[in-house]
Formats: sequence, C-alpha cells, structure tokens
Amino acid sequence: MIPLALSLQTGLLDSVLGPLYWFLAYWSEIMSWLAGQTGLEILQYGFMHRAILVGLCIGVMAPLIGTFLVHRQLALIGDALAHTGFAGVAIGLFLNAVIDLGVSPYLTAVVVAMIAALLIELISEATDAYNDVSMAIVLSTGFALGTTLISINAGGLAVGVNQFLFGNLSTVSNESAAILLALFGIIIGVIGLTRNQLLYVTFDETAAAVSGLSVSWYNRITVMLTAMVVVGAMQIMGVILVAAMLVVPVAGASQVARSFNESLLISVVLAELAVILGIGASYYGEATAGGVIVLVAVAIYVVTVVIGKLQTAFGEEETPEMGSIDTNEPASRGERHRPES
Amino acid sequence: MSTHNPENTTSAESANSTEPIVELSGVDFGYTSTLVVEDISLRIDPGEYVAIVGPNGSGKSTLMKLLLGLVRPDEGIARLFGEPSHEFDDGSRLGYVAQHASASKEMPITVREVVKMGRFPHVGFGRLSGADWDIVDEALATVGMTAFADRRVTQLSGGQRQRAFIARALAGEADLLVLDEPTVGVDMESVEAFYDLLDSLHGNGITVLLIEHDLGAVTEHAERVVCLNREIYFDGPASEFVESDSLARAFGTTANLLGGSR
Repeated sequence: MIPLALSLQTGLLDSVLGPLYWFLAYWSEIMSWLAGQTGLEILQYGFMHRAILVGLCIGVMAPLIGTFLVHRQLALIGDALAHTGFAGVAIGLFLNAVIDLGVSPYLTAVVVAMIAALLIELISEATDAYNDVSMAIVLSTGFALGTTLISINAGGLAVGVNQFLFGNLSTVSNESAAILLALFGIIIGVIGLTRNQLLYVTFDETAAAVSGLSVSWYNRITVMLTAMVVVGAMQIMGVILVAAMLVVPVAGASQVARSFNESLLISVVLAELAVILGIGASYYGEATAGGVIVLVAVAIYVVTVVIGKLQTAFGEEETPEMGSIDTNEPASRGERHRPES
Repeated sequence: MSTHNPENTTSAESANSTEPIVELSGVDFGYTSTLVVEDISLRIDPGEYVAIVGPNGSGKSTLMKLLLGLVRPDEGIARLFGEPSHEFDDGSRLGYVAQHASASKEMPITVREVVKMGRFPHVGFGRLSGADWDIVDEALATVGMTAFADRRVTQLSGGQRQRAFIARALAGEADLLVLDEPTVGVDMESVEAFYDLLDSLHGNGITVLLIEHDLGAVTEHAERVVCLNREIYFDGPASEFVESDSLARAFGTTANLLGGSR
C-alpha cells in the first residue's frame, strides 16, 4: 500500500510541478543569454539561475506577508515557524533515511510548519492573545525536535544540515525551486484576493470583526501563508535568518512610505535590492548568502531611517486647515444617494 | 422598559419599519463564572441617540460586544436588526469607532486608506469602483477631513483621528454607529467638535450608540442614557438621568460627577 500511495503522491506532485520545471528551464535560458550579453560569471551556472529566481520570489512574498505581521507586532511568529519548519526538514530527512520515503524535506517542512502555524493560532484564539511565552515554546520545541531527530540519525544526516540552518545557493535543486514557485503562486494569489480583508484585520481587529469579517479565519490564513513563506525562503536564507526577510524590509519601508500601498511596494523593492546585492556579494565574496542578504537588508534599513529623519526634519508639510463639519450632508443610508430636489 | 418579547418576533413584525435595531432580553454574560453583566434588557430603535454610562469595570464594553454579536450571551437573547447578534453578518449596516486601532503606531496608512475600509463590506474580494471612491471622498468631506486625506494617520491629533474613524463608518453607510469611549485622549476643543459632529449625524437619521465615561458630555448631547453597573440602574431621557439618584447608586458615590467632567 505504501509504495502505491507514494507513487500516486509523486505522480500528483510531478503533474503539478511539471509546468514549473518547464518555466525553470526557460528561466535558465534567459539567464544564460543574459550571461552572454553581460559576461557576468555569476550568471553562467545553472544553480545560480535557480538561486536567483528563488531569491527574487522571496523578495516579493516575504515583505508582503511580513507587512501584515509587523504592524500587528507579530514579527516573532516568522522565527517560530521557521524553527518548526526545521523540525519538518528533520522529519523528512528521518523518514527518507528510515523508510526510504523519497520526499523533499522542504515538503515535510511546509506541512509541519503549517500545522504548527495553525496550532499557534488556535492556542491564541483559546487564550485570546498571542504571547511571547507560547511562541518561544513553539520555537524551542521545533528546533529541539529537529536537532534530536537529526542526532538520532547522526552520520549520514548531520552532513546536510548546514544548508537548512544557514541556507545555501548551490543546493537549490530543480525540485525545491519548483516547490518554491508553487508556494509563491499560492501565496501571491491568496494575498491578492484577500488584501482588503488582511488590511482591515491588521489595522483594526475589532472594527474588522464588527464589519462582518471572520477575524480568526483571516488570522489562520495569515499564519499559514507565513509558514509557507518561511519554508520557501529557508532554502537560501536558512532557518536562523529567514524571519529577517519578513521584518527588516517592512521596517525600512515604514520609515519612508507615505501610505500603506506605498509601503507594500517599497518593502518589496528594498527586499529585492537586498536579495540581488546580497547574492552578488556573497558569490564574489564567497560568503553564506543568507547572512550577506540580511546584512545588506539591515544596511538598507539604516539608510531608510536616516531618510525618514531627514524627511521629518526638512519635508515638514504645512498643516492644512481642518474643514468644518458639513451638517447639510445627508449621511444616512437611503438619504445619501437621494437626488437633489 | 420594553415589554417586547423577541422570541415571538415574526417575519411580518421584523419587516415593520419600527423594528428595533438592538434588542437585548434578559441577557447574562461572564468571561468566567462571574457575571460581567446581568439580566440586561435593552431596546434601541432607529434614529435614537443612546449613551451607555457606568464606572470602570461596569461591563459597558462587554455590553457593546454582546449587542454587536462579538460575544454570545450565556443567558437571554441578543438581536441586531432582528437577527441573533452573533449570526448577523451584514457588516455594512454597522459602523464602529474605538479609542484607537489595534495596529502598531508606526503603521504607514493614510486617512483615505482608513476611510476606504468602510467600503470593504460592500466590495468583498473586489476592487473599489469609482462610485465607492466618491462615497469615500464624501465621507471625508462630511467630517471636514478632505485636506488631510493623504496624511498618515500617525501624524494626526487624537480628535482628527477620531474624525477619520467616523468617516470610515460613514463610508460604510452604516445605520448604526457604535462608539466605544471615542474621546479618550482627545483634547477638550476637539471633543466639543466631535460631539457636534455626532449631533449632526444623528440629525441626519443615523442611530448613535455611545459608550462614554464623560457624563457631562453625555447628558448634554445624548437623548437617552443607560446607566450600567453590571445591571441597568437607569434607562430613560438624559434630562431625567441628571435628576435621578441612579448615578450615585451605580457609581457608589455621591460625588458630583456631572459638574466636574466638562
């Protein structure tokens, strides 16, 4: 039964990922062409093509979901989910070693992180608050479970763990890049569809509930998307640093943006800048990409803080006159759109 | 006190134009085994301007949650626009203004983006149409905040921020405006303007339900006062409330609360 189920599962997975493999091949051609045009060495390798694509996707999805977390002071949840994702990786590696399951550890990581996300959310619904303590317990439990499972299988497994902890550009496989593209599609699709609702719930939870939104459902969606983002981004950012991409570009954008929409756009631009500069610098400097990307992101954040301070110091707009209250405005339902008589 | 029994409300009755907006009947509620509010019966009809007052911890905010359907009564019945409150889902008929929003203070969001949220119950997963944006601009104009439309909410004073939240409720074309201690942290001058705004909205037919600690303002502006301290101590015209001893009984003090608050 198990082999049958497995072949069904891999068959289904391959049919979903099929078009994505095609896209990856096409992307690789574009990158090779770009390498020919520019003569950049970094663009000549297949693994870099995938790493750059994954990086660009992270630069879009991490700050988008991060925006909805940071403004609710839920930045820590990304970290907690990344560490449970690590437990998921360890479970995947463990199952592969013990029963020869043959699934990507990233898939098991997505599943485990999403279950953890749902648990955190359900606990917070029951206790009526997200609290530091329960988040810290989830984070530690995830990491402890991961390290324990890996140490049980010591030898063969321990060798490959660094790429999950710290991320690695050169180990982004075709399969894991395709999984990330699939996650990217789901994440962007769901955020695009529910952007109004997520904004309302983020800005004013009670008013959102009064307006008829199911706050707990949108909270569940948010944490599940977060789980997908952190696991997807883990490949090149690593477990330990992945949460930074949810937080740092958003914090930078908040310094300079004049509106919420602008802050979404700026956070993506800042994240992409960090990803591209970080990947380039880490390649030529032979350093770990995740670390360099975060350092670049933090440097950009410092710049935005300075720009923000300069804006307030020199760009002080004149305070407009507050308008008077229009008492003749028919404001009630039904009356509002009554034609003028 | 109303003798209307909501359990016997028929569909013909609920189609009647005098259908109450809010109707609580024998409601008990507690977060734990201790009741926060007890045996509350309250009926609010369209066009009323009702203030709920009471000391800290008297259950005012809990009562608001009950009547908006955010929590369910342990005992009794809570109805909103004729439906059980917790099942009521036409959020476009409700406007809600609190002391402050739940988001972090640094969230970059403009006044127009806040007011836009009032249209969300109407557009669902879709985009705002031109007509929706017109309603947003109209609401901004009604509260006198057009010049501040592109300002970040973080740059506003307390009074301006509350006007923006009112505009959000207006943009939703709400029938019932619920305000939970809206003038906390708002300067005196803005508070006056704020109550003038409520008066004018009420004059235009909106039902206003105000939860307030500022008794002076309440008795001056609201038509009807409900004084709460776990149970309802008074429910009647604001003028009678001033003369009644229910204030002292509910607050457990003989201090002149009305004189000093404005």
